[in-house]
Amino acid sequence: MKTIQQFLRDLRQYPSALAGGLVILALFGVAAYAMVTIPYAEAIRLWRGGEDVWYQNPKYAPPLWLNWFTDKKQPESFIIRSEDNPQVKQVQDNGETSRITLTYQFDYNYDDFPQEMMLYFKSNYLEKQPFVTILWKTPDGREIRVANTGISREQTFRFSQDEKLVRRLGGMNPVQALFLPEKAETGAPIKGTYTLVVEGVTFEQGSNLDAEFVFHGLVAGWAGTDHQRRDLTVPLLWGVPIALAFGLVASLGTSILTMIIAAVGAWYGSWVDELIQRITEVNLVLPFLSILIMVGTFYSRSIWTILSVTILLSIFTGGIKGYRAIFLQVKESTYIEAARAYGASNARIIFQYLIPRMIPLLIPGLVSSVPAFVFLEASLAVLGLGDPVLPTWGKIINDAQVNAALYKGLYYWILEPAVLLMITGLAFAMLGFALDRIFNPRLRGM
Amino acid sequence: MNLGSQPGEGSKKKSGSAFGRVARYTAVRIFTLFVTIIIGVYLTIMIANMGGYVDEIMRGEIRERITMQVVANPANKNLAPDARNKLVQEKVALEEERLGLNRPLAVRSLNYLSNALTLNLGRAINMTSDSGSKQVRLIILERLPSTLLLMGTANLFLFFVSIFLALGLSRRYGSFWDKLIITLSPTSAAPPWFYGIFLILIFAAIFKVLPFGGMVSAPPPENPLDYTLSVLEHLILPSSALIISAIFISIYNWRTFFLIYSSEDYVEMAKAKGLPARDIESRYILRPTLPTIITNFALLLIGLWTGAIITETIFQWPGLGRTMYRAIGLYDTPVIVGSTIIYAYLLALTVFLLDFVYALVDPRVKVGEGN
Repeated sequence: MKTIQQFLRDLRQYPSALAGGLVILALFGVAAYAMVTIPYAEAIRLWRGGEDVWYQNPKYAPPLWLNWFTDKKQPESFIIRSEDNPQVKQVQDNGETSRITLTYQFDYNYDDFPQEMMLYFKSNYLEKQPFVTILWKTPDGREIRVANTGISREQTFRFSQDEKLVRRLGGMNPVQALFLPEKAETGAPIKGTYTLVVEGVTFEQGSNLDAEFVFHGLVAGWAGTDHQRRDLTVPLLWGVPIALAFGLVASLGTSILTMIIAAVGAWYGSWVDELIQRITEVNLVLPFLSILIMVGTFYSRSIWTILSVTILLSIFTGGIKGYRAIFLQVKESTYIEAARAYGASNARIIFQYLIPRMIPLLIPGLVSSVPAFVFLEASLAVLGLGDPVLPTWGKIINDAQVNAALYKGLYYWILEPAVLLMITGLAFAMLGFALDRIFNPRLRGM
Repeated sequence: MNLGSQPGEGSKKKSGSAFGRVARYTAVRIFTLFVTIIIGVYLTIMIANMGGYVDEIMRGEIRERITMQVVANPANKNLAPDARNKLVQEKVALEEERLGLNRPLAVRSLNYLSNALTLNLGRAINMTSDSGSKQVRLIILERLPSTLLLMGTANLFLFFVSIFLALGLSRRYGSFWDKLIITLSPTSAAPPWFYGIFLILIFAAIFKVLPFGGMVSAPPPENPLDYTLSVLEHLILPSSALIISAIFISIYNWRTFFLIYSSEDYVEMAKAKGLPARDIESRYILRPTLPTIITNFALLLIGLWTGAIITETIFQWPGLGRTMYRAIGLYDTPVIVGSTIIYAYLLALTVFLLDFVYALVDPRVKVGEGN
């Protein structure tokens, strides 16, 4: 208890360690939050989902908080569903036929044009299709006929791809022309309240019509979207538990196994020790990253395979020599001699007497090696060898890299995962750094 | 250590035994290093083949490619299915023989090993050099200069600058700059490619003053001077990324290392005698730390060989690291093994020579004594 208090007092002298520790705690909090709010199966479904899951999002859209820092406001994405909003839908039932009016009203106070607008119609009928007239009302009082069309059971109307509409608007892209003043070809969109009216007629008893208005702005969500319309909050959130798990398991596995092997070698000596030293030398010759890349390319890109290989290759490195030197010293201490005298078994001496002595030395190294493993996972993902199923930060950077995000100016796409990686890496590095100085009296005051 | 031995007495006999000791030590050392190389390279060969798994992939690829070729060839249009199948079989067998796939992996891997150990690097399976050759030697040699340029610039700069700055910091530790370096050293947890992305973002994407990647602008300038300038311009970002990611921890480590040595009693003594700081640095601090400095320098030199796989990929730098990455993607075992064996030889040679260098620079060390 006293030593723990002493330790905490020591730790207080290093504000960077406290900051690092707090950030690590916060990361664990976020990891727990991510796993509770988006269960694993759901995260995978979202991450692997295609157009049917993400049709409501625009592509390559920066996060919406970007608007807070710029003068030129970019339109935000939104959706209005007639099923969920009773005020949108008005039904006038005339028996055989009925009139259904869907009115979508929205404020538009932005300085740029949307990416796309769409209406997803859903209707039910037996033989006779419902018929709709789509009207567009601008804030300056104009009324533009968008389309007249029959509606099948599921139908999508895309504004920018409707050729009749394009022709009627003089060959201009509808998502721009509909927001511009009359006869203007360029310029800023008119600000104010726009209304999209769908006037539908059904020709059967009980025939119904609903539509979802999807507005693809230029910004979307808190993290933005990627080339597959996916909301980046999912991989950013889920990247936390994966990065922590990979980093911690790898560094824990490596340090503990290294320590046990060093202890066994130092305790038994002779050929066991010799063998361990030779294996360490062989391991020095092996190209570490190349082997990981080979395993990823040829065999399996599963994060657990990569993790096991990483641990396996990291055991027999320089660290084993350092531990061995200390174990050789500890081996000669009197309490080990006493243990031997009362007949303790080899295993007992190694696990009960030798290894516990080393734990204070183990901790700083363990914490400091976490960032290297977190970045290793990201590095492999950047090379395109990330786990094919899991959403990770490295995968986001890889996607961004493949889609030339920096070249296209989509900085958010790379910066968000990079900043998270940096925060995680720095937190562990700062804590480990301070622990190293606390546990290694030789470094204290240096 | 022989600090207490009497000079002169029995010196002739001693030198004879010293020679024997050195010779025996050398022989044992060479033998163990060679065995280490053999095991390491053989393991690499087995991993590069994934214990035969890669053979399956390659067989599948060959079968598919040849079937496509035969089907697509209009001359084979009127062939009966049986005859066509036979043609495919024959071609597949031929191609497998060309790549040596018809022999068992055990035989083939031993063949690779003996070729590799004799530095007979052979021919690549799928890769070709830019000049069109399939010789592994040429593929590697062609990429070597660009890797040496990038890694050499970055690492030599890192090495000398960090030692120089670390010496200065160790002299006045606790100062503002010292604390700054300590505070910044955790930033080295991030690898070079990570800083590379930020550098590209700032200097290529936002300010547009430096290129995104590559080694020379396209098309390459005719004039040698312009060519050099263009290469230098492309070199700035990748080498900065390599330097930034390591400089702080490197200065910190050297500084701590020098500090440990400068708190020795003999340094205090020298200070008390009133020797100038330069002399103390060069004679009392640098001299005893020379073996470590030399080791680090030697490891740095052979480290140049491996290139930086990811940094080179991010910056599209045509170096050995990227070649290795491509070789893995193309299942090109000879190139992977070739690159590994050269590294293994360089490493073994360095480890071997370092023992003698220690004995040269440090009179307390004798070859073959102690450990």
